[in-house]
Amino acid sequence: MSRRVRRRYLALKVVSEQPVDGRDVIDAVWKAVLRLFGEYGASQASLSLIEYDSQKSYAIVRCSRRALEMVRASVASITEMNERPTVIRVLGVSGTLRALRKKALPTG
Amino acid sequence: MRRFADLHLRSPIRNLDQLERMVSKSSELGYRLVGIPLPPNVTRDEINQLQRICSGAKTDFVTRVKLAPKTPRELLHDLRLLRRKFEVVSVTCTSKGVARQAAKDRRVDLLSFPATDLRKRFFDHAEAELASRALSCLEVEMAPLLSLTGFSRIRLLSRLRIEVAIAKRFKVPVAISSGATDEHLLRGPHDYAALATLFDMPQPSALRALSEDPVAIVERNREKLSPDYIAPGIRVVRRKTGV
Repeated sequence: MSRRVRRRYLALKVVSEQPVDGRDVIDAVWKAVLRLFGEYGASQASLSLIEYDSQKSYAIVRCSRRALEMVRASVASITEMNERPTVIRVLGVSGTLRALRKKALPTG
Repeated sequence: MRRFADLHLRSPIRNLDQLERMVSKSSELGYRLVGIPLPPNVTRDEINQLQRICSGAKTDFVTRVKLAPKTPRELLHDLRLLRRKFEVVSVTCTSKGVARQAAKDRRVDLLSFPATDLRKRFFDHAEAELASRALSCLEVEMAPLLSLTGFSRIRLLSRLRIEVAIAKRFKVPVAISSGATDEHLLRGPHDYAALATLFDMPQPSALRALSEDPVAIVERNREKLSPDYIAPGIRVVRRKTGV
């Protein structure tokens, strides 16, 4: 019997000089994972973008729990997006979206 | 709760705007102790100004001097002059002789090696053995890991993996610092801990290298620099007044 895949949700804050959209953010994270851990590592990450707030530059991405440290290292290694200096900071990590919104994302 | 420390914010002290931005970003990221490298001839006024900036950002300011001597003799001379002036003394080892002298000298807190010139990273078994008998820590700067790409980053990661393994074997403490020159290169302590797994440093050890180990250096030196300190284990508890 296979066990249920455990996941983690990461709240991210994108700091960039230019406006970016959700596609840019998840592409940058994928590229960083591929660059640092290769295709084998990326295949374990189960990365997906859950939501992106372009007004506040907040994103929520989901990954497998096993790959959390890998994704976190990859996110920290991002220094540019669309050839512009960009930083993506991890605001919080949680096992459920509800808890993540409560603890990491500012309300309002 | 852990007290995270970043002992190397590499910002020019004359550029106060940038320094203020970096200090407040560090504080926002969760660091409670920041070390700023100062020139040996820094004035009391400049230190007070930096102290004000850091206390405004609710962080503790640590004075640090970065020595880069060419010979062991020059290192001994610099240590004699500067040890009692700064809370943290780091030595950038550019030759094997300097590296060995720095590792065995109890006045040196941090052993630092150039990130780009890997032939000048002299942290091997002999160096670690000397460092384990003294009080020096191996400093790992994270900014080069973010700014380098391709083969240079691969080579640096490979070298750091070897150095961290040697440090662990000889029980030499490791201090992780940002080495950031601007706020774009600053990351939170948990992000650095995640990046440290790239050179096979387990997360608990990385978190220790960002908190307990650097904080221990600062506390030990602050005690030694205090006017009440006499010798290890001996300090003045009360002075007779009215004499």
